[in-house]
Amino acid sequence: MNAIAPFEGIGASVKRKEDLRFLSGRGRYTDDMNRPGQTHAVFLRSPHPHARIDAVDSAAARAMPGVVAIFTGADIKASGIGGLPCGWGVKNKDGTPMAEPAHPVLAHERVRHVGDPVAMVIAETRAQAKDAAEAIMVSYTPLGSVATVTAAVAPGATEVHEGVAANTSFDWHIGDKAITDAAFAGAAHTVSFDLVNNRLVPNAMEPRAAIGEFDPTNDEYTLYTTSQNPHVIRLLMGAFVLNIPESRLRVVAPDVGGGFGSKIFHYAEEAAVTWAAPRVKRPVKWTCDRTEAFISDAHGRDHVSHAELALDKDGKFLGLRVQTLANMGAYLSTFAPAVPTYLYATLLAGCYATPTIYAEVKGVFTNTVAVDAYRGAGRPEATFLIERLVDVAAKATGIDRIELRRRNFIPADAFPYQTPVALEYDSGDYQSTLDMALAASDWAGFEARRSAAAAKGKLRGIGISTYVEACGIAPSHVVGQLGARAGLYEVANIRVHPTGSITVFTGTHSHGQGHETTFAQLIADRMGVPMNQIDVVHGDTSRIPFGMGTYGSRSLAVGGSAMVKAMDKIVLKGRKIAAHLLEASLEDIEFEGGKFRVAGTDREKTLTEISLAAYVPHNYPIDELEPGLEETAFYDPKNFTYPAGAHVCEVEIDPATGQTEVIAFTAVDDVGRVINPMIVEGQVQGGVAQGIGQALLEHAVYDAEGQLLSGSLMDYTMPRADDLPNVAVSHHTTLCTHNPLGVKGCGEVGAIGSPPAVINAVVDALRDYDVTHINMPATPPKLWGIINAARPALAAE
Amino acid sequence: MYDFAYHKPTSIADAVKILAADPDAKPVSGGHTLLPALKHRLNQPSALVDLSGIAELRGIKREGDTIIIGAMTRHGEVATSDIIKSAIPALAHMASTIGDTQVRNRGTMGGSLANNDPAADYPAAAMALGAKFQTDRRTLAAEDFFQGMFTTALEPDELLIAIHFPVPKKAGYAKLKNPASRYSMCGVFVADGAAGIRVAVNGAGPGVFRQEAAEAALSANWSPEAVAGVKQDPDGLNSDIHGSAEYRAHLVTVMTKRAVLDAG
Ligand SMILES: Cc1cc2nc3c(=O)[nH]c(=O)nc-3n(C[C@H](O)[C@H](O)[C@H](O)COP(=O)(O)OP(=O)(O)OC[C@H]3O[C@@H](n4cnc5c(N)ncnc54)[C@H](O)[C@@H]3O)c2cc1C
Repeated sequence: MNAIAPFEGIGASVKRKEDLRFLSGRGRYTDDMNRPGQTHAVFLRSPHPHARIDAVDSAAARAMPGVVAIFTGADIKASGIGGLPCGWGVKNKDGTPMAEPAHPVLAHERVRHVGDPVAMVIAETRAQAKDAAEAIMVSYTPLGSVATVTAAVAPGATEVHEGVAANTSFDWHIGDKAITDAAFAGAAHTVSFDLVNNRLVPNAMEPRAAIGEFDPTNDEYTLYTTSQNPHVIRLLMGAFVLNIPESRLRVVAPDVGGGFGSKIFHYAEEAAVTWAAPRVKRPVKWTCDRTEAFISDAHGRDHVSHAELALDKDGKFLGLRVQTLANMGAYLSTFAPAVPTYLYATLLAGCYATPTIYAEVKGVFTNTVAVDAYRGAGRPEATFLIERLVDVAAKATGIDRIELRRRNFIPADAFPYQTPVALEYDSGDYQSTLDMALAASDWAGFEARRSAAAAKGKLRGIGISTYVEACGIAPSHVVGQLGARAGLYEVANIRVHPTGSITVFTGTHSHGQGHETTFAQLIADRMGVPMNQIDVVHGDTSRIPFGMGTYGSRSLAVGGSAMVKAMDKIVLKGRKIAAHLLEASLEDIEFEGGKFRVAGTDREKTLTEISLAAYVPHNYPIDELEPGLEETAFYDPKNFTYPAGAHVCEVEIDPATGQTEVIAFTAVDDVGRVINPMIVEGQVQGGVAQGIGQALLEHAVYDAEGQLLSGSLMDYTMPRADDLPNVAVSHHTTLCTHNPLGVKGCGEVGAIGSPPAVINAVVDALRDYDVTHINMPATPPKLWGIINAARPALAAE
Repeated sequence: MYDFAYHKPTSIADAVKILAADPDAKPVSGGHTLLPALKHRLNQPSALVDLSGIAELRGIKREGDTIIIGAMTRHGEVATSDIIKSAIPALAHMASTIGDTQVRNRGTMGGSLANNDPAADYPAAAMALGAKFQTDRRTLAAEDFFQGMFTTALEPDELLIAIHFPVPKKAGYAKLKNPASRYSMCGVFVADGAAGIRVAVNGAGPGVFRQEAAEAALSANWSPEAVAGVKQDPDGLNSDIHGSAEYRAHLVTVMTKRAVLDAG
């Protein structure tokens, strides 16, 4: 495709352009910004999981040095501001809408989780704001509370929101119950197990931050914020919270230090600082502490499920039945209802041709921080359930776990494949991907390694997970039917400057993914312009036409496709200009390697000559064509994309302590066409790190009342480099059939595929003990407990 | 962090004078415990007395059969000191397992011992080796210095100056780290030295303690097998989201065995 720069076109491992800035400390993050006259906000937060606010006395605090203003929930309410909106509505089984209680910007009358913001203190310095926050007297009457889904749905449980019966926001289902029940009735084998998908705290390296600013000369607001999707924030906050027309609200998300989903959502603090700016007539800045992040960033996962599989005598899957209680936390965060429904239950077919599936999901309120999308969002929960269930079934039926997977895989010639749970997979080849993973991990040689480990006193296990996921979200008409309150297309604007350099404006956002490189490569490849003349701009609603942002591994599949469409328009216009200059007909002009050429001749014009002609239209078809060379395209995908893969994990457990070491991890992923293999490998490595973190280390633990026990990095175990193996990453590519690049997405596969591979390995390591399932994280005391219960003598060494 | 005054004296006498004059002043050495507490507003000293300008508090030396380590000596210096590596290799090894490189380059032995965090490493070495604690006014035995969770015999205006470690015949250390904080969940230091055979445990309980059954077993027979049957009573041990008291009690046995193996 590209004649000029093969070393930087599609398929080249170009070093990341943005890394010089990041690694030399010149990234520009929200907290690096300081606006003239800026004040500092601190939020006073509830120490109670659930309490009535009887009174807020801020008189003494107001008199403290440097205090500019103190606002409470009552002030916000009095100004006519409603609550934070939810961006996705789910329906109950009976067709009624979900319960969607108000989510006040600042708590009013009641607090519903530890960390619920009660008051905003604005002062000259952050320290003064903190001092004043300590001086505010809030009288609370503690109320009963519920921290887990099981407690929340129990009869007589305290209601997190008055009138929401059984704390259930929605009682939703998918699939055909009668057909599935019939499949179970006629099955040769049925297996079942109960599982928990552990709650996680996202912990992006950069905590959230926001600066609200108001310019009274033109009534314009600006919000600088740590967001993965500034246009979505502008829409949600402007239209649904603060009633500011989009034309007068600019949202800037500059460099953002990681999001993993937690920076998708519209949060109270960014609305509060924007609301406050015109009231204090100065910019208002807030930067979250790490400790504060633990009790105010949306958490991830937190499912309690029961899963059942019906098989025939040969191990063919006949049906799957799932019941899940999904913790929503105290309020419905922006996309929360979509995560355990349309991003979870629709994936329950996995890689398998299970003919019928029925899943019931309840979204349940608890007195905990809101739960929403976190890297993988719903698909890791589905994958963990299926891939554990297949191993449970293999053990119960005595069929080898690899063989059982092979017997049930959707065959490579069955695509496009319609699952019984709404999705239509476009492409994939699961057998071949599995073959590659078995070879790369030396699966066949495992038993010898297990014996060698046993000789050293270690229990060695190997586990596999073969997953598929749905990303590249999403076709707007489909998600609209499923309850999304927005479209999920993407937008690209491509500006070819007069001398031929290019700026790409994208509605996606890069917060670690390397878009400035990948997108530049894509443009370089197609336009034949060297990468150093291509700039990628994102994260500012005043510069970019529109966009839905980055999550659900959509940036390349949807945002990159929009760029392809915009480039098509640029090329068409360029051909028209070239046809004029070369006195040829449009049909005869080809574009390749940055040159417009009359087919079959050496008569050509470079892109630079064409762009110059477009901006200096002296000799130009001015009656038919506008000057300039800039195009915008909106791309709405036709389907989700379906990355798939096989992950193999090998562990050793020390029976004396229960400690698990991950010895090796092999990831073979089908992410469609790969633009930059180095960046894809980085995404897989990072995703697997998070997956291993979930499987072995991370756990947001609440006590029964709703106090967060793992409320800091002293107690919440983030994976560190020495907890992780080097992941052996390779690819098995089948192209996406419905987007112009053939790409599927790679941002979440690591976090989706890996947790069950790890737990399957741990369970395998303990094959001599009577274990069917181990919930995550598989911590040392948990494993020691299993070992000790079975073999006290061995456990003591 | 609340406001505080800052002093940087250059002698022990001046430091003690400032502390004596202001009961709310606090010494700061590496700051790796105190500063996080200040940042979280958990502590509000009127003044910090920075000990890093006092040359007398630094340094590692051997005097006869005793290793003397200044209170301001960083963990990194303990880990890499040739004197310590040859005389008490288990102590150098212990220092090398504290936190990470940044922590070892800031945190000090004096700060760690004065703080007496139940999950800190050094108290077990000091207890097992029978270390003496030299302050600006007296010398204390380890048994008298440590007084339970975050508590020592030091007066508010009393400075720890140096720690004297008798060189043992042999010593070893083994621990299991808390996966999140990487402090000790359970660490055991065993020593055969001037104070006899001692086994000291950190991390598992509310403060460092000696495991007398293991000491008796090793006195009869210095070998890993000798302590394999030692049962630690879980009663009174720490129990939290990282492990029950029973798990920690079990680790006492496992780590004692491993420490004996380490000691050789
Ligand atoms: C990320 C991290 C990880 C860590 N991991 C470990 C670990 O694995 N194991 C471990 O043992 N420790 C660990 N620590 C603690 C660290 O190693 C230090 O030992 C500890 O912080 C105390 O030493 P300091 O010099 O920093 O003392 P400071 O923080 O300066 O002081 C601590 C206390 O001692 C008092 N004090 C200090 N010096 C004296 C003195 N000479 N006389 C009297 N009082 C004094 C201070 O007033 C204060 O109350 C870790 C710390 C961090 C931040």
